[in-house]
Amino acid sequence: MVKIEAIVRPGVLEDIKDGLSQHGIHGMTVAQVMGCGLQKGRKEVYRGTEYSINLLPKVKIEIVAVDNDVDGVIEVIIKAARTGEIGDGKIFISRIENAVRIRTGEKGDIAL
Amino acid sequence: MKKKSGVITLLALFMFFLFPVFAWAAEDGIDTGDTAWIIISTALVFLMVPGVSLFYGGMVRQKNVLNTMMMSFICLGVVTILWLAYGYSLAFGPDIGKFIGDLSYLGLKGVGIEPNGTIPHQLFVVFQMMFAILTPALITGAIVERMRFPAFLVFLVLWTTLVYDPICHWVWGGGWLMELGALDFAGGTVVHISSGVSALVAALVLGRRKGYGTERMVPHNIPYVVLGAALLWFGWFGFNSGSALGANGLAASVFVNTQVATGAALMSWVLAEWLRHGKPTILGGASGAIAGLVAITPACAFVTPMGSLAIGLVAGALCYFAVSYAKVKLGYDDSLDVFGIHGVGGMWGALATGLFSVSEGAEGLFYGNASQLGIQAISIVATIVFASVTTFVILKVVGAITGLRVDDEAEIIGLDVNEHSERAYSV
Repeated sequence: MVKIEAIVRPGVLEDIKDGLSQHGIHGMTVAQVMGCGLQKGRKEVYRGTEYSINLLPKVKIEIVAVDNDVDGVIEVIIKAARTGEIGDGKIFISRIENAVRIRTGEKGDIAL
Repeated sequence: MKKKSGVITLLALFMFFLFPVFAWAAEDGIDTGDTAWIIISTALVFLMVPGVSLFYGGMVRQKNVLNTMMMSFICLGVVTILWLAYGYSLAFGPDIGKFIGDLSYLGLKGVGIEPNGTIPHQLFVVFQMMFAILTPALITGAIVERMRFPAFLVFLVLWTTLVYDPICHWVWGGGWLMELGALDFAGGTVVHISSGVSALVAALVLGRRKGYGTERMVPHNIPYVVLGAALLWFGWFGFNSGSALGANGLAASVFVNTQVATGAALMSWVLAEWLRHGKPTILGGASGAIAGLVAITPACAFVTPMGSLAIGLVAGALCYFAVSYAKVKLGYDDSLDVFGIHGVGGMWGALATGLFSVSEGAEGLFYGNASQLGIQAISIVATIVFASVTTFVILKVVGAITGLRVDDEAEIIGLDVNEHSERAYSV
């Protein structure tokens, strides 16, 4: 079992959801987040005063998938989120020890 | 027979209760058209107060929006009572030494529906009441995000009594500036210079907000600001055109001038920031519109539409410069730029009246009468000196009675929770 955390531009969320749906993956957690990486932020101006904005709005998608689905999920995310410009985001992958479906008490891959 | 007498009794009662209405309709001197327009104008000026609430509320940080809105909204309660009790009498009562009105109208004694000009006297009272409510509400923009609410309430009572009422009397109530010939049709000195200058003094006495200059203090809801500015613009038609005190040609001319100057100021602010920062902003557009409304207020009945255009174009760029350059250089923390817009815009408007006026017998400099500019300058200086000194003393007195500023922790947590136990947004 693997957790895939993808931090992407807000505008690509729908494409990622559609792509994952076609792969039969429906479960995910999505959060609006602020972050910075290689992108140096941007300038905002309020009543003539400039502010440097380093943290930019992004969307974080968390998906826990069975091992066999991981490559497919990553492919879907990259296909939908890549523009080639700085700021496309990152994907983090980590192992998950176990999962429990609260409603039934099922554990392991079947709980996903 | 019994039924018939019952009907007659009912009719008699009906006529008895209607009689005062008939009596009013027949009152000599009251014009129904004028009365209708001033009732509408009064309601329009009322709408400016919630307009200010939204305009200011959107510009503060999320944790202070309710306190900011409350500061202007509470004026609707406090000043209504003050105006009824003695404020109207001090401002418009029979003159004492050209400085203040007497207490003849205490508790609106003797103020009924008899004609005052062509409208009922009570309607004039409530129209002017809205100006008295709005003016201190404008000041709140300079002190938000750090002033204790109880201290503000004491300040509000003292400021309205000791600053607004006398200046109102000087200019409109038969006082010395009126006698001198100062032109201020709808409140350039009475409303905007007095509030703008007092706001600057209050900002200086209170000191900067914690983290000012190092933390990001940007508006939390610009759509609120735009909605508030739009309500202000809408209400300002009542503020300016209503000051004609009649549904007549003057009111129409004032309406045109108000619109022209405001549109021009909106454009000049936006263009100025576009040139300087590379992008036009809606916050700039809203701010420019308010600057134009402020600047045309004293002049709106005395200038041509082309004069209004010039006043508006200068107002937008000048207030933009005051807010984005002068304030930063001088380093004071007028939270929402009350001085930069109302103070500077009001001073420009009062001076511009002395430049562009075409009013017969009170022409401006550009129409061959330099002395009017001098009179306008005197009215500006007098208002600045009186408002700033009195405001300073009031704040020192209030500070001695009860602390002016919330403590550091409350400022960090936010004034909504600390002062009102409320939160604007639950998530």
